Amino acid sequence: MLTVRHLTKSYRSAQEQVAVLRGVDLDIAAGESVALTGESGSGKSTLLHLIAGLDQADGGEVRLGDTVVTALPDAARAAMRRDRLGLVFQQFNLIPSLSVADNLAFQSRIVGRHDAAWQTELIERLGLALLLKRYPEQLSGGQQQRVAIGRALAAKPLLLLADEPTGNLDEATADEVLGLARDLVARTGCGFLMVTHSARLAATLDRRIHLHSGLIA
Amino acid sequence: MNDKTLVTRRSFASGIALLGLGGPRAWAQGFAGLGRDAEGFATVVPGKALSFPADHGPHPDYRIEWWYLTANLTDANGAAYGVQWTLFRQAMAAGPQADGWANPQIWMGHAAVTSAAVHRSSETFARGGVGQAGATAQPFRAWIDSWEMRGPDSMSNTSIAPLTLTASGAEFNYALRLDTDRPLVLQGDAGYSKKSERGQASYYYSQPWFKAAGSLTIGDRTIDVSGQAWMDREYSSQPLASDQTGWDWFSLHLSSGEKLMLFRLRQLSGTHYFSGNWITPDGRSEQIGSAAIDMTPTASTDVAGRKLPTSWRITIPSRGLAIDTTPLNPMSWMATSFAYWEGPITLRGSHSGVGYLEMTGY
Amino acid sequence: MTRALWVLAVLLSHWRRHPMQLATLLVGLISATALWSGVQALNQQARASYDRAAATFGGARSATLVGRDGATFPQQLFVDLRRAGWPVSPMLEGRVTIGGRSIRLLGIEPITLPAETTATPEIGRAGVQAFLMPPGQTLLAPETLAELALPEGATPEIAGAGTLPPLRMQRQLVPGVLIVDIGVAQRLLHLPNRISRLAIGKTGGARPPLKAVAGDQLRLVEPEAETDLQRLTDSFHLNLTAFGLLSFLVGLFIVNSAIGLAFEQRRPMLRTLRACGVSSRMLNSVLLLELVSIALVAGLIGLVCGYLIAASLLPDVAASLRGLYGADIPGQLQLKPQWWLAGLAISVFGAVAAATASLVKAARLPLLVAAQPYAWQQAQHRWLRWQGAAALLVFASAVGFLGFGDSLTAGFAVLAALLLGAALALPVILGGVLALGERLTRRPLTTWFWADSRLQLSGLSLALMALLLALAVNVGVGTMVESFSRTFTGWLNGRLASEIYLNAASDAQAGEIKAWLAHRPEVTAVLQSGRADVQIAGLPVELLGFADHDTYRDQWPLLDSSAGAWDRVKTGNAALISEQLSRRLKLSLGDRIQVPLTSGPWSLDVVGIYADYGNPKGQLGVVVDALFQRFPYIPRTRFGLRVMATAVPQLMTDIQQRFGLDGRNLADQATVKAESLRIFNRTFAVTAALNAFTLGVAGVALLTSLLTLSNSRLPQLAPLWAIGITRRRLAAIELLKTMSVALITSLLALPLGLSVAWCLIAVVNVKAFGWRLPFTVFPLQLLQLLGVAMLAALLASLLPIIKLLRMQPARLVKIFADER
Repeated sequence: MLTVRHLTKSYRSAQEQVAVLRGVDLDIAAGESVALTGESGSGKSTLLHLIAGLDQADGGEVRLGDTVVTALPDAARAAMRRDRLGLVFQQFNLIPSLSVADNLAFQSRIVGRHDAAWQTELIERLGLALLLKRYPEQLSGGQQQRVAIGRALAAKPLLLLADEPTGNLDEATADEVLGLARDLVARTGCGFLMVTHSARLAATLDRRIHLHSGLIA
Repeated sequence: MNDKTLVTRRSFASGIALLGLGGPRAWAQGFAGLGRDAEGFATVVPGKALSFPADHGPHPDYRIEWWYLTANLTDANGAAYGVQWTLFRQAMAAGPQADGWANPQIWMGHAAVTSAAVHRSSETFARGGVGQAGATAQPFRAWIDSWEMRGPDSMSNTSIAPLTLTASGAEFNYALRLDTDRPLVLQGDAGYSKKSERGQASYYYSQPWFKAAGSLTIGDRTIDVSGQAWMDREYSSQPLASDQTGWDWFSLHLSSGEKLMLFRLRQLSGTHYFSGNWITPDGRSEQIGSAAIDMTPTASTDVAGRKLPTSWRITIPSRGLAIDTTPLNPMSWMATSFAYWEGPITLRGSHSGVGYLEMTGY
Repeated sequence: MTRALWVLAVLLSHWRRHPMQLATLLVGLISATALWSGVQALNQQARASYDRAAATFGGARSATLVGRDGATFPQQLFVDLRRAGWPVSPMLEGRVTIGGRSIRLLGIEPITLPAETTATPEIGRAGVQAFLMPPGQTLLAPETLAELALPEGATPEIAGAGTLPPLRMQRQLVPGVLIVDIGVAQRLLHLPNRISRLAIGKTGGARPPLKAVAGDQLRLVEPEAETDLQRLTDSFHLNLTAFGLLSFLVGLFIVNSAIGLAFEQRRPMLRTLRACGVSSRMLNSVLLLELVSIALVAGLIGLVCGYLIAASLLPDVAASLRGLYGADIPGQLQLKPQWWLAGLAISVFGAVAAATASLVKAARLPLLVAAQPYAWQQAQHRWLRWQGAAALLVFASAVGFLGFGDSLTAGFAVLAALLLGAALALPVILGGVLALGERLTRRPLTTWFWADSRLQLSGLSLALMALLLALAVNVGVGTMVESFSRTFTGWLNGRLASEIYLNAASDAQAGEIKAWLAHRPEVTAVLQSGRADVQIAGLPVELLGFADHDTYRDQWPLLDSSAGAWDRVKTGNAALISEQLSRRLKLSLGDRIQVPLTSGPWSLDVVGIYADYGNPKGQLGVVVDALFQRFPYIPRTRFGLRVMATAVPQLMTDIQQRFGLDGRNLADQATVKAESLRIFNRTFAVTAALNAFTLGVAGVALLTSLLTLSNSRLPQLAPLWAIGITRRRLAAIELLKTMSVALITSLLALPLGLSVAWCLIAVVNVKAFGWRLPFTVFPLQLLQLLGVAMLAALLASLLPIIKLLRMQPARLVKIFADER
């Protein structure tokens, strides 16, 4: 479902060209969950961003289903993100002025695939029923991340991308949140790619790949 | 038919309506005494002998008056043209004719030229007493602004000929010489022209025998023209009845040599008042009674948002006349302050010829 | 579409959570729109009435023919022109006196009047006939009828000329003019068979050249896009417009800072939206849509406020215009639909202009790259340098305008350049001052104080600019008004020398009064005066006739005069001229001026120039006997009385009782002076009101900027709090900082304001009114304004300070937890 071939990306810093990705190949099947690990600066986040179409690759190809993401212009990449991807970030990135309920519903509304029954199930599974009227600033980190996961899955994406989703959470909360995410991914049957530096958490997913100096080790 | 149609022939009062003397309501009630009894003005009575040159000049004792000329002309190629020149006078009050701005007369001029393709018209207004407009019997002059109808010192009073005639408006002007050796023709009964069964009438005489020649300019094209012209002089204090809504007026030059004047006054009751004069080539003028005339519209034209009967069938069985008239230009609309239709026509049937048609009150 | 609405809903949710921010934005937009459109409404109202005046019966809006020398000409020329094909209509204009009140009389000829000039007032309901036929009608505006205190149908007596036709009110008519038939006007003005101008209609065919018909007697005056009144009052409206524009700009400062803050706060939200798949184009369109919707709502409210402002200022504006220019403005505000549309457009335009920077930033918002504070600081630095250069450039252009421009517009351009340059230079100068302060201190807290003030500068600079401009304009206008006030008072004392001023109802009554006064020993002199109106070189000029008496020689303040000026005036061959006339016609002592008369020009030597403040017309002072000789029909009803001061009240009472003169026709010196000062004071009432508004708006701008800053400044304050400085101390420091930048700004505003005042007095007034005032500085006034400015700054900083004082320590602690 997700196919990455020979993906390269480099950034120009003040003095030199730094190659961050040097030809990455990666496949994720539907329903498969994959952990992406690697030390800081190995290019994990960059790879994730390129897959999400948040950034433009220098070479190679990202293919999601029948769409070549790397060939799309900016607006089409936005549409692709909207329709087929769910994104979860380390900083939660909830919309501070929307209530939990609105944050949960907002991506599915924008996609135009709002499913009330699924929404109710999400709220129940994520244990958010009592928090719906609160605003993000009134939630703990774990609660916020649960809302973010709910938002990402509300429109039933093809692929859930998570960038250090538990980086701001304590261990117990991290386990709980990731557990919920895995359950939901299984429930929807979408692919799941998570960047993490925790080997412990990586081990809980179907497969683990390690990125080293811009290449899959 | 709308409610602002109570109008005299030659629609003089219309100009006054514009100036605020009347207005649609006033018209509907019979405007400014035209449908009421004249107050302070001399009345028109049968049997008065017209006298010339005095009657060529103004009659301030009477409320309204006009000097009216229409000409059917052709150029060297035979293309037809029409020319209209009219000077109206109306008194705001009876009484002494003061000089200067205190003079109670209002004057109005209308002028137009018509070809098959274009119709241009113009109007102008003036107060009496200061010289901007007026008329004198001897030497004969009738003028408003630069428009003028003028006889030389040698003019014959019995034929009011020769005359020169000029007018100009936006995008047109003309200058004609008019001449004839035939005497004037008295309309109606020896100059007493009845306008209703209830006694409304005017004094009315014509010079239908004019030969005209001169030039006219439309846009920037100047054309030499010649043909026939018809002059009407009419004055009254109360020419219309209160239920009369407008009229259809013909002046016809028959190629057999006769001249024919006809009018139909439309009345609210639906029974119209007809009248006319048959003028023989030797100059005799014979009145035609209302019952002897039949005038029926045969085609109409949409002009300025109204429907006007621009083609007619006219029959006068007693004279063996059965003709159809068609306009030279069906859009001969006088877009003046109070608008009406006036333009040259041609006739076919038992007789052929040319003439002028005026229709007011539509 | 639904997608866009959802995005819009998300964006709007921000305002629901930050109502204060929304309120600030709305206040900015509303006040900008309200002040701007209020001023526009006033201008529009005035212009409409000038137009009405001009369009009435062949005013300046249609081409006219006038006598070559400005005098009347024979009516026969009208007839000759008509008969030659010229579509002209005659008019006769003059002044008549009704009950001691001089009023314009216009004779028209309705039958030939070109349609385009009659469009405004149709002749009475009863129509032309009633107007033309005896007894005729005198048409006049409701305002004029009220002023004459006569009922409709009255036939008032014209001094020396019989009665007017019955008065008939007509709503569409401009105030201040009586309209009669030309024949009536010729009789009342004693000008039989004369006319003063011919309106030319648009209709008609070919016409011969004017010269061929009228020879040299007539002169063609082309229709003017601008009327006389418009030209005269331009300065007044320019003044209003300038204030409106200033208030608008100050309002936009607020909008700008509110939108800037909202953008900063919504930056993460925008990123999230983009990450969730909202395309950049959709996001930007919806941002724009949001802005336009807010601007429309604020615009509507602003328009209502603008209407209220205009309605409340209108009486003062009308009074000013009447007092200054003799222009009559109806007191009821009438607005065209265009006004509402323009108001909404300006609101949207202003909002978009103020938000441009934020919108561009949003459009370029990178999805991933984190902020780079140093680069930003460098950009700020570059920006400041650029701004400093721009300020210098603008100052240079001000000097250019001053040197080369000669028009009123150039005068205002100088003003605008001065203000703009100063506003641009302000952050640079403030930065310099604060850097200097930083360098001069040793103690760490003090050093931090200066450095932090400097850091704050970028956030405050827009509001400080607004404060600077508002203050400078206040100083400038205040100084001008005060200068004017002093000069005017001194001048009035000189000009109003007689103890009693009297205006008899008729020449006959004037004779009786004079005879009666001869037996009153307390009256030392009766000073006859008279007035006539003429046109010289197309300008309306008043001829003022005064008696040859020591009163004038001793007291009339002359700006400049030739030797033996008064003796030469006495001969009737020389005149004193007003400063306005001297400037407009470029006449100086020793020049000669020709007054056009029916009987031929009256040639006068200029022997003196006097100040004539506030008079829109030029004035010529001549000896009254000579005036009566040339203008035999003008009323001889006005005179001043020299009376022993103690006898004034008794004499006034006696005259009142004996001759039935009321307050309008009989007044003592003190009353006339008070009346003149009252009119004068109203002249600047509008300016003062707008001034106050502007200062208020600047205060709001300061408040919003400080509120904006106070949120973002917590990270800077938290460490200080952590090292043991109390909140109270922190609050004091914050207050001190705000007050010191405000003080520096205010101090900078003083010299700027004085330059503005100088510019107004030496450039704008001279061009606009034709007279120049001496320039004086009023230190007390400056101190007072400084106080007001500091008070405004204090009020504006109070709310953020209180917020800081009441802040829970937990929030300060949280700063550390949240900081990334």
